[in-house]
Amino acid sequence: MSLDDVAQDGTFRAEVRRFLDEKFDPELRAMAARQGGLFAEPELVNRWWKILYDKGWITPAWPVEYGGTGWTPSQHRIFLVECAEAGTPILPGLGTKLCGPAIMRFGTPEQKEYFLPRLRSGEHTWCQGYSEPGAGSDLASLQTRAIRDGDDYIVNGSKIWTTNAHHANWIFLLVRTSTEGKPQTGISFLVAPLNLPGITVKPIKSMSGEHELNQVFFDNVRIPVANLIGRENDGWTVAKAVLEDERGAVSQSQRLEAAVLQTRNVSLYETADDGGSLAEDSAFKLKLAELQIDVMAIQWTDNRMAAESGISPSVAQALPNMQKLRASETRQRLNELRVEALGVYGAVDQRKGLGIEASEPPIGPDYGLTAMVEYLESRARTIFAGASEIQRNIIARAALGL
Amino acid sequence: MSIILTEEQSMFREMVAKYLADNCSLETRQKTIASGSVWRPKVWRDFAELGILGAGFPEELGGFGGGTIEHMIVMEQLGGALALEPYLETAVIGGGFLRHADKALASELCNGISSGDARIAFAYAEPRGRYNLAAIETKARSQGGDFILDGHKAVVIGASCATHLIVTARTSGYDRDQDGISVFLAPIDLPGLRRRDYSMVDGHGASDLYFDQVRVPQAALIGPLDQGFPIVQQVVDSAIAAICAEAVGVMRRLLDDTVAYTKQRKQFGQPIANFQVLKHRMVDMLINVEEAISMTHMATLALAKSGAERSRAVSAAKVHVGKACRFVGQNAVQLHGAIGTTDELAVSHYFKRATVLENMFGSVDHHLTRFASIMSAASLPKEIA
Repeated sequence: MSLDDVAQDGTFRAEVRRFLDEKFDPELRAMAARQGGLFAEPELVNRWWKILYDKGWITPAWPVEYGGTGWTPSQHRIFLVECAEAGTPILPGLGTKLCGPAIMRFGTPEQKEYFLPRLRSGEHTWCQGYSEPGAGSDLASLQTRAIRDGDDYIVNGSKIWTTNAHHANWIFLLVRTSTEGKPQTGISFLVAPLNLPGITVKPIKSMSGEHELNQVFFDNVRIPVANLIGRENDGWTVAKAVLEDERGAVSQSQRLEAAVLQTRNVSLYETADDGGSLAEDSAFKLKLAELQIDVMAIQWTDNRMAAESGISPSVAQALPNMQKLRASETRQRLNELRVEALGVYGAVDQRKGLGIEASEPPIGPDYGLTAMVEYLESRARTIFAGASEIQRNIIARAALGL
Repeated sequence: MSIILTEEQSMFREMVAKYLADNCSLETRQKTIASGSVWRPKVWRDFAELGILGAGFPEELGGFGGGTIEHMIVMEQLGGALALEPYLETAVIGGGFLRHADKALASELCNGISSGDARIAFAYAEPRGRYNLAAIETKARSQGGDFILDGHKAVVIGASCATHLIVTARTSGYDRDQDGISVFLAPIDLPGLRRRDYSMVDGHGASDLYFDQVRVPQAALIGPLDQGFPIVQQVVDSAIAAICAEAVGVMRRLLDDTVAYTKQRKQFGQPIANFQVLKHRMVDMLINVEEAISMTHMATLALAKSGAERSRAVSAAKVHVGKACRFVGQNAVQLHGAIGTTDELAVSHYFKRATVLENMFGSVDHHLTRFASIMSAASLPKEIA
């Protein structure tokens, strides 16, 4: 890393900050501060999406030919850190981070031409149909059937834990097109608009009170064969590539940095038992320090991953799983500590103060509004995109040959 | 940002690794210890001839122009080979202090180090000082242009094979003041210096040193009088980064041995590595090792930075690596079962070294507290890493 690079990074950071100061205006900030879910509410998502899209920053990590920015790894990091610190709305990345890259890699030229621009503009909003009531960690045992009939597949079955299905207009899903051979070999990857006849979306309410999850039912739904991504019965290959992207996307070590700051900020305002600042309380201080060091370890492992520095090929294969595992567990502990920092207000039900249409002000200090809902939401982090136990199985096999 | 070795550095690493694999088996190490010795003079001479000892020295001090990354490379390999030789004390710590010493003296001693003739031990700890580098009761008073040292230094690693000592002493102020500390360089065989030699649990030699009116000349002073503490902190930070690298070498071996052992050891009619509870434990060991490598890179790069920024990164690394040493070491023994608790396999020897490294230059608690106090002294920087 040369001094020039550092100077360039400084210029870039200033540019990002200028952009955020100008476009992430007080109204948007106020809306974003009341968000408790995994993703922001649609109204806020749409407004922020358009701003990033107009700036050309909605899919920075995509190849330049498809609308990426061509940033250096360090510029990507700066962008994410600045956004995390400003508290910009969390946009659902199911289309841009998961489905888009799968189409780039496995789609036909026609599919790329049709879907990629619509993914970017936000015209298509996506959800992911992977898990089923009987297929969670054992994803390959999925049973949703797709039977070929002329130019269509006729799809029957149901998908569950489908985040964002109630706001999305498209779904990418795994279906069984063959029951021959190993479970993995008869799976295909389809995309479909959610308004097709025979698709119904039913809400599942989370323990946080948020509505994030759904069950999606398919009753004799006709999906054109033209919507097959990759080859028939080879959907597992596409599915695995998406899972790898998903693990990278959910690790979000930059958001961890912001979560440290958030927790620390709460502790600066909170009073300890002895009347001093909680930030100076000896037990609290060390707990936060330990988590901060964990975040540093995750980030420097990210750095090593990006630079391919001192990593054996077998370990390299398992590193995204490792990072997903560590980031999700560390994020949970940070959210836990933030609730702890709030003391008596920590466990208050703040639901009436959350969301754009909030009917009541926060109970207790403003900075305590989202702590509990985020704590409850974060319990899912070690379950979705492959539970921690599944990650350990994968790492054992890939990195240690176990 | 991360460390990427140049082609030259990669070749250097291969060379060190090959030499150690061919010449420094665990067997010769244990024989050395059993014979009552704490180092292998032939190995040390070879280190000198192969250019290992001078690799981390600047050219003006007779070295090959390398620096902290060369130290990291050597230390990781020494960890993997469980070497006894005092590279840390001589090249990393000695070399670090000599940059601040009188030019003529420094150049002479650096040549001695590079040629293998000089070995250094660092006498800093005291019986009541714990890990506080400023808790110094040993006194040095000025007398007729010389200094007279009185005091008791505890657990001085490598003193029994050293030719020279670097000693911290109080020249003014009170116990635990950071002002009033000075650093001295002295030959090991001075009149009035009594030594009690013993072994550490990992086989390394150590000594308690008793200074009774030990006289050293004015030129023995390293750095400014009374203001030696920043130098001590800087050198100890570089020593911590170096032992993090050594710990990485030690832990890699502990993990590799454990994985290999569980694959071949059969119980209940199958290799015990088939059991998920063991697999998951070994994955957690792997994560500890990988993150220890990341933190070692972070600390090594931070050595070029100043004061608080450097110390914060180094303490963070030591916390993480210290915890890893305990986790990986204890679980390596556990997963080997009963045989892991004997001294028949390598695992127990590596475990004991990991245990020593865990607390060397400060325990996890010490560095966690240091890290936290740096964090609250400074407002939180924009970027945490």
